[in-house]
Parts: sequence; C-alpha cells; structure tokens
Amino acid sequence: MPAIQSPVTEEVHPDVALVARAKEGDTAAFEQLVRQYERQIFRVAQHITQNREDAEDITQDAFLKAYEKLDQFQGNSKFSTWLVRIAVNESLMRLRKRKTSKTVSMDEDVQTEEGSIPRDFAEWRPNPEQQYNQAELADILRKTIQGLPPGFRTVFTLRDVENLSTEETAEALGLSVPAVKSRLLRARLQLRERLSRYFRQKQEGQPA
Amino acid sequence: MNCTDLLSHLSDYFDDQLTVELREEISEHTSGCQHCRVVLNTTHQTIEVYKGTEIYEVSPGLRERLHSAIMAKCFAKK
Repeated sequence: MPAIQSPVTEEVHPDVALVARAKEGDTAAFEQLVRQYERQIFRVAQHITQNREDAEDITQDAFLKAYEKLDQFQGNSKFSTWLVRIAVNESLMRLRKRKTSKTVSMDEDVQTEEGSIPRDFAEWRPNPEQQYNQAELADILRKTIQGLPPGFRTVFTLRDVENLSTEETAEALGLSVPAVKSRLLRARLQLRERLSRYFRQKQEGQPA
Repeated sequence: MNCTDLLSHLSDYFDDQLTVELREEISEHTSGCQHCRVVLNTTHQTIEVYKGTEIYEVSPGLRERLHSAIMAKCFAKK
C-alpha cells in the first residue's frame, strides 16, 4: 500500500479568498478587508506622522491605492503587509511634504548611537501601570515615542505595537532584516532610557 | 559574555531568537551584573507597556467616519 503522503497543511490566510473576490469586483469582500485593517493602518499612519488629520487622509489614500492596484498584488506577501507598505510610503511622503527643507526617509538619523547606550540603571518600581492611570500612561508613551527619529519610530511601531514579524517589517519598509533588527534594538533602548525618567524608582526623600 | 555582548543580543533575546546556550550565558551574566539586569528588565517593561497601552485611540465615531470616507473614496469613480 503506497504511503499516504501526509497532507501539507499549509494554512491559507483567510485574506487570500477575500482578495480574490475583491479582484473580481466583489465590493463587499473589499469592504471586509477595509474593516479588518482600517484601524491598524490609521494607527501606523498616526505613529509615523504624529498627526491625526494626516493619518485620516493617509488611511483613505492607502486603501484607495490598494483598491486601484489590487491587480498588481501577487500574493507573495500577506495582504496586510502589502497594505502597511503602501501606508508607510504615503506617511513618509506626507512627512517629507511637511518638512520641505528636510528629507525624510527610513535612513534618516539612524547613524547616531546617541541614546542607545544605557545610562539609567534604576529599576522601575512600582510598575508603570501602577504609577499612572491609562490616560496618563498613554500621554507619556505618546510623548516619548514622538522624540524618536521616524526611522526608529516606524520599526518599533510595526514590530512591537502592531506585532509584525521581523521579516514582515523588513518587507513593509523595504529594509533588510539586519537593518530592521539593528533599528529595533536602538529604538527599544532609546525608549527605555527616555521612559526611565518617568518610571524609575524614586529614591527616598526625592519628590515624585 | 560581557555587557556589550549582552546588549547586542538583547533584541534577539526578547524575540526568542537565541540558542539555549546564549540564553544561559545571558542569565549567568545578569545574575552577577546589576546594570544589565536592570536594562533587561526595563527594556522588557518598555516593550510590554507599549503593547498594552492604546496610545492612539480610535473612537467608534472616528472609525465610522473613517470607514465611510474610505468606501466613498474607493467607489466614487467607477
């Protein structure tokens, strides 16, 4: 009896069917994709541009572009990664327009080691969640990430906030995997250093 | 392993990309190095606090407005 080949359980992402239907003109399928990813795309755009109105425009433009170019989507990557890539490009373009004298790219400000060498060695006690309420915490985290160069901010956002894999992040940003890893490390260390200002254990007698 | 080595492995450590041997070396180093222990702990907390906090909240109202705008834009010109 011939050995039964164990079925290769290559999981097909549910988006594949939706994209195929959308390509054939099924607007409901496309709308479902929009529903699935509109919040993520908006967050990514807002993280990069730090501006809500820009992020709204970018989200609309990114989906429009995706819709118009749906035929060009080959399915070599996940639909969501492809979409994020469009949104990142739109966001960077928007930043460039805003800072007319300065070029903004994924390569900007990444040469500096500044802030990536740990200097603060205090534990965070109690936990940040115990020191601040959600609104205060969100405010601190927002201000802190805003201080990071766009190249670092974007890598951190995709990896640690949006949970893309290193490979997906590299693909979405048009960077190599080692470049993503190096930026991610520096982004994490810079954020840690800056957050220590707020969360470090207060020494006795020191005003909070 | 020294402090610089540890720093270079830090991201891979959090992303679970290290061999068992390297993880053990890190654990051995941090047991004797207070600074690296703090850096490891607080970097972990940095990642976790960002994961656990919605810093750009999308209210239901905003989402609906955004959704309608996207759909209008995509299906406006036919």
